[in-house]
Amino acid sequence: MTTPLIEAEALRVEFANRVRAVRDVDLTVYEGETLGLVGESGCGKSTLGKAMLRLIEPSAGAVRYRGLTITGLRGTTLRSTRAELQMVFQDPFGSLNPRRKVADIIAEPLLRARGADKATARAKAAELLEFVGLGAEAGDRRPHEFSGGQRQRIGIARALAPGPRFIVADEPVSALDVSIQAQVINLLADLTRDRGLTMLFISHDLGVVRHVADRVAVMYLGRIIEIAPRDAFFAAPAHPYSEALLSSVPQLHPGPVRERIVLEGELPDPAAPPPGCAYHTRCRLAVDKCRTVEPPLAEIQPGRSVRCHLPLVPLEPAR
Amino acid sequence: MTAAAEPLLSIRGLRVEFDVPGGRLPAVGGIDLDLGAGEVVAIVGESGSGKSALSMSLVGLNRGPRAHITGTAMLHGTDLIAASEEKLRSVRGKDVAVVFQDALAALNPTQKVGAQISEMLRTHQKLSRKAAWARSVELLREVGIANPEQRAKAYPHQLSGGMRQRVMIAIGLANEPGVLIADEPTTALDVTIQAQVLRLLKRLQTDHGTTIVLITHDLGVVAEVADRVAVMYAGRIVEQGSRDQVLFAPQHPYTKALLSSVPRIDGPAQDRLPAIAGSPLTGVTRPPGCAFAPRCAFTHEACLPAPPALLHRYGQPGQLDACVLGPDRNLVAVP
Repeated sequence: MTTPLIEAEALRVEFANRVRAVRDVDLTVYEGETLGLVGESGCGKSTLGKAMLRLIEPSAGAVRYRGLTITGLRGTTLRSTRAELQMVFQDPFGSLNPRRKVADIIAEPLLRARGADKATARAKAAELLEFVGLGAEAGDRRPHEFSGGQRQRIGIARALAPGPRFIVADEPVSALDVSIQAQVINLLADLTRDRGLTMLFISHDLGVVRHVADRVAVMYLGRIIEIAPRDAFFAAPAHPYSEALLSSVPQLHPGPVRERIVLEGELPDPAAPPPGCAYHTRCRLAVDKCRTVEPPLAEIQPGRSVRCHLPLVPLEPAR
Repeated sequence: MTAAAEPLLSIRGLRVEFDVPGGRLPAVGGIDLDLGAGEVVAIVGESGSGKSALSMSLVGLNRGPRAHITGTAMLHGTDLIAASEEKLRSVRGKDVAVVFQDALAALNPTQKVGAQISEMLRTHQKLSRKAAWARSVELLREVGIANPEQRAKAYPHQLSGGMRQRVMIAIGLANEPGVLIADEPTTALDVTIQAQVLRLLKRLQTDHGTTIVLITHDLGVVAEVADRVAVMYAGRIVEQGSRDQVLFAPQHPYTKALLSSVPRIDGPAQDRLPAIAGSPLTGVTRPPGCAFAPRCAFTHEACLPAPPALLHRYGQPGQLDACVLGPDRNLVAVP
């Protein structure tokens, strides 16, 4: 897990209303890993995921996939590269054409991106439907005949069809019931393990992320503010915002409800992020420096970086 | 709620069925439930479990030519199920209020939020416009909105999701109802904002003695605020008891399976989550027996002929469940 598969370099996405949704993000996803990307709504996590696939054009910066700069690619090179980069959406119903048969929906990217013939594409669609647990006969039905969890399996099969190496899954289980959510999480885990896929898993649900991710990155107002191995992150978050986020998750503990860090106020306006550290307006530890100087995303332990003047996890002692 | 206390709201034999293409959908299939004054009762279930149909019928919001609602729900001597529309209008907002999940859809987009709270106040109380506006600002302050004087003049779209949800709660509280039905009140919110709203609900209970019916699919939220819990599956309550009984000593296989499928941020990180096979029932046809049997890991032929009754079986005192199998998953003789 040390070969970079896809990298964002100083990636910036600015919308027409001047909201800078992604602010100069550097992010490396390594071959074979699942990187969980978390944050509250409006933090820019979905925009970052889409920009890495060029579903949204970045305003500045670059995306490199296996050493090739894909920002700026056009025509056939772009199409063949895109086949290796796929997306699974939150709302499987909104992203599946209701008038088409499921087998055709899954076969389409094969026909288009890979130039496969119809018979091959059909056979591949049947195989994928088996793999995601729906059975090949599901191919003759239409999306509305399936439940939410089944539709998400169709969405996953479609993303797998062109044979991708990298998948961005944007809140893939958020619309599902708990009992179904677990089925789809397990399916995604099988995918990455059995097919060696690399995944950027975007979610607001920290419990879900803990079960699928190898590493966790936290976003706040368009910036990555912490990135850490999964277990280290959940055992002791280093950024005060990560700490507050984890503390806000309602937990299943018997007895009295424990004290928590309740964040006061709301997310600042992303069009005008506060000066200094963007989180200082809600931070329980903020000092003067935080209000004026933005901290860099600095490595505090091997593989663990945090954008904070006062990280909660001590620096690795110099050896 | 202690067994001796008189319930504030008493639901008996509530059935809600809707005419749909292809037949009659049994949304709620016969429910008995008592709510004590000042307690938070969570009704937990997945989509299609009937939890929202149950709560909507308590305020007469799902009546219509295609709805068949029977049973009783007694509140202060009024049967909310049989009450006339006129009678319901005088009850709704005053004795029992509802807070919906989607505050943007529930609020009037063309009216300032202060005016919407004022309107609710003036429907049930004799108040001047000025006094109603002042009270609206006060209510916004109570639900934790900063600068309530300014915010009262805002239109719903000018507020964030968390603030709109607070406005909905302020409207719900305007006439200090004894019962507040909160239907997935935090589902659309981020966890940090959810924590603020849950803290507010808990404060309502302690400061105003409000009885809260919390409809949710989120077991973490239940653990956080509920005193008692009813778990629904396919229109019926399958388990009922105190928060600690249902969440930490569950009896019904569905409750157990649901709890173990929650991805948690504590405890050992599992490589695979224990999932429940299959999907919840949503169609018009239901099996004659236990509705969970098709997905249950312990199904026995005794589960199949008739729906098991909600009884005290092997749980703790006061804990009810609707499973004919005992704790060791053997068949149990029903007394």
